[in-house]
Amino acid sequence: MISARGVVKTFGTRHVLRGIDLDVQDGETLVIIGGSGCGKSTFLKSVIGLVRPDAGSIEVDGMDITRLKEDVELAEYRRKFGYAFQEGALFDSLTVWENVTFGLKYLTDIPASKYRQIAQERLALVGLKDVSDMKPAQLSGGMKKRVSLARAIAAEPKYILYDEPTTGLDPIMSDIISDLILDLKKKLGVTAIAVTHDMKSACKVGDRIAMLHEGRVLQVDTPARILKTEDPRVRQFVEGRSEGPIHMKLRDYDEEDSAAPAAPRAAGGRG
Amino acid sequence: MRERILALFGSEALEWAESVGKAALLVRSSLLWLIRSPLESRQTLIQMQRIGVESFLVTVMTSFFTGMVLALQTGSSFKSLFNEPLFTGTIVSFAIVKELGPVMTALVVSGRAGAAVAAELGTMKVTEQIDALYTLGTDPVRYLVIPRVLAFLAMLPILTIFADYSGILGGCVVAKLKLGIPTSVYWHEVFDHLENKQFLHGLIKTFVFAFCISYISCFKGLQTTGGAEGVGKSTTSAVVFSMTSVLIVGYFVTAVLVSLGIT
Repeated sequence: MISARGVVKTFGTRHVLRGIDLDVQDGETLVIIGGSGCGKSTFLKSVIGLVRPDAGSIEVDGMDITRLKEDVELAEYRRKFGYAFQEGALFDSLTVWENVTFGLKYLTDIPASKYRQIAQERLALVGLKDVSDMKPAQLSGGMKKRVSLARAIAAEPKYILYDEPTTGLDPIMSDIISDLILDLKKKLGVTAIAVTHDMKSACKVGDRIAMLHEGRVLQVDTPARILKTEDPRVRQFVEGRSEGPIHMKLRDYDEEDSAAPAAPRAAGGRG
Repeated sequence: MRERILALFGSEALEWAESVGKAALLVRSSLLWLIRSPLESRQTLIQMQRIGVESFLVTVMTSFFTGMVLALQTGSSFKSLFNEPLFTGTIVSFAIVKELGPVMTALVVSGRAGAAVAAELGTMKVTEQIDALYTLGTDPVRYLVIPRVLAFLAMLPILTIFADYSGILGGCVVAKLKLGIPTSVYWHEVFDHLENKQFLHGLIKTFVFAFCISYISCFKGLQTTGGAEGVGKSTTSAVVFSMTSVLIVGYFVTAVLVSLGIT
């Protein structure tokens, strides 16, 4: 079980997380939705210890990541996780099978002679074959995401974190990736957190959906209830409307213009 | 206005101090990882190939022509002063072995291999490959920095030895063809005065240069932010800092070696 309490993170003067409280039950897939810059990815990176929160706690099976200081302790903690990166983050210099099995050397005691076979099995799980000896540069965007998924599940982690698994893919490939996430959950029984903008994918893979806005959790509920929410901010996001209580500026100078209507556009030349 | 200038200098000084502190932590971290975890031997060999073997030709060529220029300048100057190109072999060999060999090799390697290291690590940083290393149970210092530092430390002295021979040989070619010095006389001038401690003098410097170039390149690469533009900036910065540090540190190491009698 993952349990986050009062997680706060600030970068310079930007308050990215302002006290996040979230629980993820064993075997559950929690999808985090929210606008760009609302802190979704920062929270995901906090869970695995890539970002250190300024305050609050994140407990995973009773181990609080915010209290771990030594590299060895952090490595032990991260052993529980697989992480699928937004752009794949595959190592350019290695082949696909070397990418998939990269973590086995550090996370498991499996002998190196079995790596190739494990790579084939994991690649088959994500629907790929005959790509083992290719380099990441030879793969399409969708294939890279799948290889990234295969790498995330290679060491059979208890938890998988998906960072924007469908971003940048066409609708059909997005749906295929969503099916893969469901399939992996069924076959491996993993607990997962997925961060996405894609409402269709969120509703498909999520047992529950949490909406983040300005570093705070607005609502956590099942996909069916999220779709019928009364909260106007969640509703605006779910329906994908530009007008509503969530103000996203069309241009940087919009607010300045409305504050000073007489100001000439040319000044500064921004936007 | 004065406050602005002070604030500008203040923030620059703070940034500089922060960078020095972070670089020192990188050195500390790499020493700790080196002690407590097995060496990434495959990665180290790959880096030795990239940093050392692939820099061989350009290093030897540079040194060869440096030796040629040195012989020509020395010989022609001495000819105009004493009517004889005296001690050309001695001067070329001393200058190459003690100073120009190590420095020219370090400059060439920092421009070629140092830039490549900074660009590679920088690209890995902006494409989240460094984060991926953490999530896969290892550490960028262990997997990336240590093999590169060891490769620089192993290969720069070897390259310098080849560069030394190449430079002296370049001097010999000019001495024979342009200055009319018989080859046997040139080599007598070289070996009559050159001792092991002069080789040691040059060799000690190469280790210091390798340390500076490797850590500066790795540090600049790992600190990269801001996409392709950031990679370009950190690569340029790595080369500029590496080359400058070779020249500055070169003086101080020479001063220490001279005071210790290794000269």
